[in-house]
Amino acid sequence: MVLFLFYAFAALTLASALVILFTRNLLYAAFSLIFCFLGVAAIYVLSGADFIGVTQIVVYVGGVLILLIFGVMLTNRISTSPVITDLHNQFWGYLLPAGLLVLLIGTLGQLALPDWAMRAQENATLVQASTVEPLGVHLMTQYVLAFELAGILLLLALVGAATLAKPAAPESIAVTSTGINTQNPAQP
Amino acid sequence: MTTLLFFLPFLLLFVVLAVWAERKVSALIQDRLGPMEVGHWGLLQTVADLLKLLQKEDIVPAAADRKMFLVAPVIIFVAVFAGYAVLPLTNGWAGSATAVGVFYLISIISLDVIGILMAGWGSNSKYSLYGALRSVAQIISYEVPLGLTILCTVMLAGSLNLQEISFQQGIWVNDVVGAEAERLWLFGLPALGVELTEVGGFLTWNVVRMPLFFFVWLIFFIASLAECNRAPFDLPEAESEIVGGYHTEYSGFRWSLVFLAEYSMMLLVSFLGVILFWGSWNTPLPNVGPLRLAEWTSGAPGTVAGHLWSGFWLISKAFLMILLQMWIRWTYPRLRVDQLMSLCWKYLTPAAIILLLLTGVWRLIGIG
Repeated sequence: MVLFLFYAFAALTLASALVILFTRNLLYAAFSLIFCFLGVAAIYVLSGADFIGVTQIVVYVGGVLILLIFGVMLTNRISTSPVITDLHNQFWGYLLPAGLLVLLIGTLGQLALPDWAMRAQENATLVQASTVEPLGVHLMTQYVLAFELAGILLLLALVGAATLAKPAAPESIAVTSTGINTQNPAQP
Repeated sequence: MTTLLFFLPFLLLFVVLAVWAERKVSALIQDRLGPMEVGHWGLLQTVADLLKLLQKEDIVPAAADRKMFLVAPVIIFVAVFAGYAVLPLTNGWAGSATAVGVFYLISIISLDVIGILMAGWGSNSKYSLYGALRSVAQIISYEVPLGLTILCTVMLAGSLNLQEISFQQGIWVNDVVGAEAERLWLFGLPALGVELTEVGGFLTWNVVRMPLFFFVWLIFFIASLAECNRAPFDLPEAESEIVGGYHTEYSGFRWSLVFLAEYSMMLLVSFLGVILFWGSWNTPLPNVGPLRLAEWTSGAPGTVAGHLWSGFWLISKAFLMILLQMWIRWTYPRLRVDQLMSLCWKYLTPAAIILLLLTGVWRLIGIG
């Protein structure tokens, strides 16, 4: 059952990735990216990483992708026909992935899997337990520096976004109807 | 997972009754009678409406993006319904036992934004697109205070599993399989020396265990109204401005699916609010000395009485929340877009962050 589900979700991920590649409608590509991410999240869950799977949905589907689609919708005129992308650099575009494919297929047989990966079947019971508690404990002890740094980075991004979105011209709002400079009292 | 088998027919019945109740509540508030013709007190009015809706032609506008237009209502409903998977129903009948519980719920209902965007874009209509844009901006913004308030309760409970959070709020706290013996204290503070493990009732609900949780719940409730696109946050479907918002172009069955999703969302956040703050399926009556009120009005987990009592308490509390939502809808006027955003970012979010900090301090005092 789990194996069947795994292949079903892997097929979903691959199929939606192929749609992203071959459709030229930008919005269709964005929406199939959602199914691609959902498929990846399902594979995480089936691999015993439930927390990572749900985080994948929160961050990529609930956050990044919705903002992406939102952006596409805001930047285009409402009544236009579908947003169609053009093809550029076709020669390099085909050559590079083809080379990568040859490389990957060539090395596929020589993969040196780590020890734990070979014993994955026997250790299946290990991952039955939830990952939530160990993740929390490790984030707050062993990896606390990386965790805090990521937090500071996100805070910086937030402050930066707020600064960019702030109404930038103090001149235009400096003189109000009462003639008092409410925004920047220090400046004339 | 079997709770879903209960929730699907329950939802259909609930929506039929809730639409009728909504019209009756609005009529009461506006001093009218509301539907009176079909059935006693107009009880069958929604059934008649539903029959009409199902017979209507499924119209797809000629200029619409056909695929997206057809798929969108299904995605909206599935996203909301998937949230029900982790809800417990009674003290012996939990939802999915996954440890990520409420985190999963929050993430999966954020997917309904995608359905709304598809509906808005696929309809190829100005009103739909404006409705969808407003809706998405609103839902994404209000997910921040909503998530912070849920984090407060999770921090106090030390668990993401909704059934575990439920057990911690009543006299059956030590009936959880595999959990170590736990004792409940007044306000969650052992220092006060008032043990409530055998008392239960409303005294052990989260909203009393941490007194500031009433304000946390207020923020949760306001944010959840915005998540459901309910008045006073119904800008995405403001009838007087953009006809019907993102579902302007829908008719018949697909329109009723959108409607079903909206009422399911109302019920979902009501259930969530009750489980996180108002004692879940626990009885509100405490044991007072020889008067074993809590034990008389609830059954042990797994027994028939346990199922019936706890199901009764959970569902009736959730219905009270629904009534509150309706009351607010017909009382307050709609907010402007800028007021909506400043309420979320300038008031609710900072307040939620401060309350999160205070909850952490409270939890530390409670442990130490």
